[in-house]
Amino acid sequence: MAEFEPKIVAFVCNWCTYAGADLTGTSRIKYSPSVKIIRFPCTGRIDFMLLLKAFANGADGIIVSGCHPNDCHYTSGNFHARRRWIVFRRLLDFVGVDVRRIQFSWVSAAEGSKWADVVNNTVAEIRKLGPYEAYQNLNNIAQEKEVSNG
Amino acid sequence: MDDLRKKAKELLTENKVGVVIGYGQGSSGRARAVFIKDPDKTDQLIFNDKCVQDLALYLSKAEVKKMGKMAIVATVPVMRAILVLASEHQFVSDDLVVLGLSEEGKYVPLDDFKAVEEYLGALNIVLSEEDRAMIEKINAMSLEERWNFWQKEFSKCIKCYACRAACPLCYCHRCTVESNQPQWIPVAADAMGNMEWHIMRAMHIAGRCISCGYCAEACPMDIPLHLMTYTLIDEIKNDFGALAGMKADSEFALSHFKLDDKESFII
Amino acid sequence: MIMTTENKILKKESFSTLIDKLISDQKKVLGPVKNGDLVDYALVNAASDLTDDYILTVSSAKSAAFPKIEKLLSFTNSKEGSTVTDVDFNNLPELVIVGARPCDANGFAALNAIFTWDYKDVIFTKRLEKTTVIGMSCSKCDDYCFCTSVGGNPGSTEGSDILLTRMGDGNYLAEIVTEKGSKFYEAYSMFFEPAGDQAKDSMLANVPVKFDHKEIVSKLDGFFESEVWAEQSMRCIGCGACAYVCPTCACFDIQDENKGKNGVRLRLWDSCGLSLFTLHTSGHNPREVQSQRWRQRILHKFSYMPDRLNVLGCVGCGRCSRACPADMNIIEHLSNLMEVKK
Repeated sequence: MAEFEPKIVAFVCNWCTYAGADLTGTSRIKYSPSVKIIRFPCTGRIDFMLLLKAFANGADGIIVSGCHPNDCHYTSGNFHARRRWIVFRRLLDFVGVDVRRIQFSWVSAAEGSKWADVVNNTVAEIRKLGPYEAYQNLNNIAQEKEVSNG
Repeated sequence: MDDLRKKAKELLTENKVGVVIGYGQGSSGRARAVFIKDPDKTDQLIFNDKCVQDLALYLSKAEVKKMGKMAIVATVPVMRAILVLASEHQFVSDDLVVLGLSEEGKYVPLDDFKAVEEYLGALNIVLSEEDRAMIEKINAMSLEERWNFWQKEFSKCIKCYACRAACPLCYCHRCTVESNQPQWIPVAADAMGNMEWHIMRAMHIAGRCISCGYCAEACPMDIPLHLMTYTLIDEIKNDFGALAGMKADSEFALSHFKLDDKESFII
Repeated sequence: MIMTTENKILKKESFSTLIDKLISDQKKVLGPVKNGDLVDYALVNAASDLTDDYILTVSSAKSAAFPKIEKLLSFTNSKEGSTVTDVDFNNLPELVIVGARPCDANGFAALNAIFTWDYKDVIFTKRLEKTTVIGMSCSKCDDYCFCTSVGGNPGSTEGSDILLTRMGDGNYLAEIVTEKGSKFYEAYSMFFEPAGDQAKDSMLANVPVKFDHKEIVSKLDGFFESEVWAEQSMRCIGCGACAYVCPTCACFDIQDENKGKNGVRLRLWDSCGLSLFTLHTSGHNPREVQSQRWRQRILHKFSYMPDRLNVLGCVGCGRCSRACPADMNIIEHLSNLMEVKK
């Protein structure tokens, strides 16, 4: 049986982590191709529901990454994001969503090797945890599962 | 209660308010919201342990506002909801007369929002033992047990939105679920649609919840959904030192920040 | 409608074994199940899942023919366009509702009137065809029950294919009411025994009559502009609880849900009590305030439906009032209407 290849979605900010990921590439540092990177202007723009939408669409793991505190291109976007993540993560954990599958990080534009580490470690972690079956098996009419009467 | 009724009668007789919103006798031993315009009807006002509805929700209703200046019978949760609404600029102090009610049902005269703040500040506001125990019980469950517990509860949800209608702080004229470009939260009452609705609702109330518990009380399916926002009350108080509904001009925890906000999970 | 019914006895133990046989025969069985403090209809896997410790379930049994989520079609989008696949409703499984109170059973007549008055709704009619209603008479009622005020009664056979009444010895009197009920009996006659002279009236609850529905229907004519609607509905918080638990409410919403290029079109329950129910694309909302929506609820059930469909839109189950978070009480409101001048 082929080894499980996790699907990871990364929500990153344009000015720091995206640039940092670019640096990883130009530095020829290898990192797992299992990650799909979605670029945002700022972590402050990341709606918390987007994380759940990623799981709903088949992601096994999520990375959320942006500028270090005090380095936000828009001054305070990442501070707002930080508070939001603290609250959202608590709520998800309370409701039984596996927050081990969500990795938050600060990766700057100069941290090419850090980005590779974040991705590789997350992929290894998710590989251990396995596919996120509980979430993907949720009765979702759009996935044509049977709906019982009542 | 007599002091309260007297005050209500006085306000209506002197035309200081157009309506007094309070609790009255309901059906089968329940209590219900009453809207008294006639000073002779103020003896309808009651208070007992069945008075659990958070009356502050009516302060956002167009048809109630049309009745003129409002006086509202306010238990602690109602007072706190009023302060959150005031912080969110839904009205100013002049718009409203707050007829305070202590936990024992004693009338507490409160001249303005400052008086409400002082009254609340002197109290020790904590979650009930029952709610606290339930939260601890869920916290003690394993991840899988928590998931199964909530999926079972969410499976009862019929998306009636009674929880939304009951909450004094859900007053958006057009709720997120009622926008369909895109349809952000599925309308269908299946597992995904229900879970996304409840998580989204909890996040929109996070930092604003004043623990009246009326959302869970209103749920026809007995889902303990108040626990979702209650657990966030703790989190927000512990991490950011913020508690909603204590001041009429307080900052919303999720639209402010401190440079040294602490967390343990960002690498 | 006078129906001659045939009487049988279903022993208490046979009731359980009959249910288990239905399940093993691949029939879906919908019955009252305890869930914490709540009793509500659910599909069961065994007779032991059912409970009889309740007056009324929280929701109605309408989901048997009008589910809260109904897939209408599925589609796939591609560069060439969309391919649409209709759902085939010709092979629905058999469904047996066990323990439908007479008010619940009666609800299907009102729904049927709505779903077939001009255009015959294929899905509803096909689902109803595959549904057998085993009713259960009421030996208890509470303050919220008012079936006797709207032409029903706690032992009514109307709407049931077979009506069970629990007798003093714990066994059930089974009245075979309809042809569908006869067919069911023939298939499962080994579970039944012949009946003697059983009087069921003494086993029924006493549901006091609160008002005369015919008087209400005729009084409501011309009540559109009355101030009573605003007075009654000031405390209504505008949720959908009453509509969703109601056996005769049939409003629905149609939504598309998709994942990537594949999607489905769904019919979902909706409620006229919700504030944006009548919002037009232009932005105009003819029922902008709650009093207009409350008026719609009452007039629809007690004026428009009797007028146009010859059926009352209410079976007197009282679920709306039990479920209402704001203590709207339909018996009270209807009685109040009788006292109010236009």
